Amino acid sequence: MTKEEKYTLAKWAMEQALKSGAQQVGVSISNDKSSSVDVRGQKIEKLEQAVQSNLSISLYVDNKFSAHSTNRLNKKELGHFIAEAVEATKYLSEDKFRTLPDPSLYYKGGGVELEMLDSGYENIEPQTKINLAFNAESEALGKDKRIVSVTSSYYDGMDSIVMVTSNGFKGDTASSYYSLYVSVSVKDEDARPSAGWNESAIFFNKLKTTGIGLTALKKALGKLGQEKVPSAKMPMIVENRSVGKILGPLISALNGSSVHQKNSFLINKLGKKVASGKLTLVDDPFIVSGRGSRLFDREGLASKKRAVFEEGILKNYFIDTYYGKKLEMEPTSGSTSNLVFKPGEESLDGLVASLGKGILVTGFNGGNCNGSTGDFSYGIEGFLIEKGKLTRAVSGMNITGNMKQLWMDLAEVGSDARDDSAWRTPSLLFNNVDFSGS
Amino acid sequence: MDISRRNFLQTGGVAVAGSIILPPFMQSCHKIQISSNVKVYLDHFEVSADILQKVVAAAMSKGGDYADLYFEHKTTNNLGLEDGEVNRAFSNVDFGVGIRVLKGDQTGFAYSETITPEAMLNAAKMAANIANTNSSFKGGGLAEKIPSDYYRIAQKWEDVSVKDKVPFVQKINDRVFSLDKKVIRVNAYLNDESAYSLFYNSEGRLTYDYRPMVSFSVVCVMEKDGQIENSYSARSFRKGFEFLTAGLVEELAQDVVNKTNILFEAIKPKAGEMPVVMGAGGSGILLHEAIGHTFEADFNRKGTSIFSDKMGKKVAESFVNIIDDGTLEHNRGSINIDDEGNDTQKTYLVKDGVLNSYIHDRISSNFYKVAPTGNGRRESFRHIPIPRMRATYMENGSATKEDIIKDVGYGVYVDNFSNGEVKIGAGDFTFFVKSGYLIEKGKLTQPIKDINIIGNGPQALADITMAASDFAIDNGTWMCGKDGQSVPVTCGLPSVLVKKLTVGGIS
Repeated sequence: MTKEEKYTLAKWAMEQALKSGAQQVGVSISNDKSSSVDVRGQKIEKLEQAVQSNLSISLYVDNKFSAHSTNRLNKKELGHFIAEAVEATKYLSEDKFRTLPDPSLYYKGGGVELEMLDSGYENIEPQTKINLAFNAESEALGKDKRIVSVTSSYYDGMDSIVMVTSNGFKGDTASSYYSLYVSVSVKDEDARPSAGWNESAIFFNKLKTTGIGLTALKKALGKLGQEKVPSAKMPMIVENRSVGKILGPLISALNGSSVHQKNSFLINKLGKKVASGKLTLVDDPFIVSGRGSRLFDREGLASKKRAVFEEGILKNYFIDTYYGKKLEMEPTSGSTSNLVFKPGEESLDGLVASLGKGILVTGFNGGNCNGSTGDFSYGIEGFLIEKGKLTRAVSGMNITGNMKQLWMDLAEVGSDARDDSAWRTPSLLFNNVDFSGS
Repeated sequence: MDISRRNFLQTGGVAVAGSIILPPFMQSCHKIQISSNVKVYLDHFEVSADILQKVVAAAMSKGGDYADLYFEHKTTNNLGLEDGEVNRAFSNVDFGVGIRVLKGDQTGFAYSETITPEAMLNAAKMAANIANTNSSFKGGGLAEKIPSDYYRIAQKWEDVSVKDKVPFVQKINDRVFSLDKKVIRVNAYLNDESAYSLFYNSEGRLTYDYRPMVSFSVVCVMEKDGQIENSYSARSFRKGFEFLTAGLVEELAQDVVNKTNILFEAIKPKAGEMPVVMGAGGSGILLHEAIGHTFEADFNRKGTSIFSDKMGKKVAESFVNIIDDGTLEHNRGSINIDDEGNDTQKTYLVKDGVLNSYIHDRISSNFYKVAPTGNGRRESFRHIPIPRMRATYMENGSATKEDIIKDVGYGVYVDNFSNGEVKIGAGDFTFFVKSGYLIEKGKLTQPIKDINIIGNGPQALADITMAASDFAIDNGTWMCGKDGQSVPVTCGLPSVLVKKLTVGGIS
């Protein structure tokens, strides 16, 4: 479907809903394409191709709310679907907080060019993709006698969405994505530890295509001889690619729904110091080609750059229209865009060198966090640090504590923020973390 | 269900996503049991046997060894309660066909959301490209395979009105609030799903399934002296509307209130290695993570599982029998037929302590030259089938729960979980304990909460040294993720003693 076709169908669906008795309606239509190649042992293991479309509709009927989606887009079925959905909504309870956003908060055009779409997406030859996957695998294959398996995957995708609402919003986005991934398994007596590495880009010609297999191999070999070390309270460094696991609960606690439903450990903390002074975090939607960049959010609200934490002080929650009304707060946005840390001075190596004893966490294994209390416990793997050096590979250990205390114990922020993810996390150093091991 | 669609619309009692396709089958269905006549499924997807054969021929046209088509039409409805009212509903309709071609262990795959001959032939040609030789395919004929019947239902969700579902969701809220004055928030969700599938392959097998599913979940938040705690309880089955009863509402309400109340007294244990007593039921997560995933034959075929060289070897005490079962009636993990058209079964993974079978899909059962185990499952028509668990559990031992606890000097007893994970190759698995108890000198003492437990699969399996005779399946909303695909599963266990695992806590 072209963009214009999507707009036409979206407006038609909106009108159907209004005619059926809805007072307010939001419609979005997406379609996306993707392809992938998996290679193992210098043989194609899997080739996949996909095209899909979806229509989502939000209905506000007599102060009642429901939302629906379907991939059956012919008008005859859609008309029936929408009429039924409007009827069904009438059996719900009223919810006076449900409305479309205040139109004055909508994005109205004229934003910067965010450069999220590779216009050459359709022109990449299948053989080029296959070759990339073969080359990535061959970097690692046969390079060490302990290797038991190497696989590589090339993936690309493109999606485009249009959105309209009955109180005046109209907007569209399109983005592309390319990635190349290699996973290596090595034999270590009975165990076969594995590690992977991936590179990704919005533009095909910016995709890094070399060094992936070698990095994956190096990381897998680094896991040989993993073992537990004795339980202790120690400093912990979390490598930049793994920080999302512990940042997640902190961001989730700022979500309007979590705050209102008492599933947050940061209720009533606006303007208060809730983390170490080292934590300064900004939500910046306007980074050119940033993975989370956007001119408007899922509701159509115009994006704004906002401070989340300033030197440990909480500056903003993530509030959408619905929970904004419930909490009597101005909507910000119900979701994050790009999260940017104020960087520190040290690289990961520098952080490691600064510790007499501690653990570098390079991966998590399960675990969870209690949203209401912030109590967490996660499995970890990584390396023991002694006298500023990585001395042993560790695994099979847990870290346990409380998010409120953990973020108060943030001691250093690395200079190595990643730019291939919407959450641009650097490596972080925390003090006083409880590790359970042997 | 002799009310027509039109009447539903007139009474407004419509299941939101129920009637979008209006297939002839659904219009004419007056019976409780799904018809075994394959024609209703062909009609449902508006295809003929002739078209299926043409599409498969196109899929085989580049010299593939095998091809299959998987048609699926799934409708889901979700009703939600927040702040005391059933004030939100969501629905989704998903429809399409996945086309897969195999050449040895290589896979070509494409899908189409449009079931016209032209769209299907295009997708078939794309998937065919995994092979690149002359085709000798002569056509696979047509042989109907009648699937088993493990989840017969009384009333299909497609025929149930939002109006008739709302009172159950409302009642659970009211009951939870009435049970305890500390309750400050309740969230409840009722999720139902109806999925039709039709399968045809290049060997001529033509089969089908109708898969109902329902999940009813409640979250309770309590406050006591400024401390806030929450817990969750849910039940899920392949059942119809008859699943919803006053008894179920009461059971869930009691359960969630009890689970939340424990947390106010709970502490974190001392960190480190210790004996862990796994209570009957949800503790089956131990098997799912520690053993189940590592027994999936795709990992073993590639040599990437820690159990890759262990077939036929003793991996546990002789009393240990571990099963993966797709045949339990109405179980969330059951399937009448797997997504590669093979019979589902009760598969002994470990028999008398010996590794007896991996968990197979078509590719791996061919690789190992064994009969399929009926574990080829897929999230939807958008995904390829891979080896997946169904209901994974262990048979009873001979001890009692009390005997087992009595045996522990200092350790933990755990019976309420939220999630788990495993590293297939390294064998390290984890599960997160929402609540349990300390064991001190052979007795349950203080409650514990929110700790992760980690172990190594082969070691943990060998360390199961006692099992009770109180086996139970946990009928919660277990969802298993692998390679970006989620499928519903369940797990179960009698109370067992694992001699040593690493328990999260404070040092």
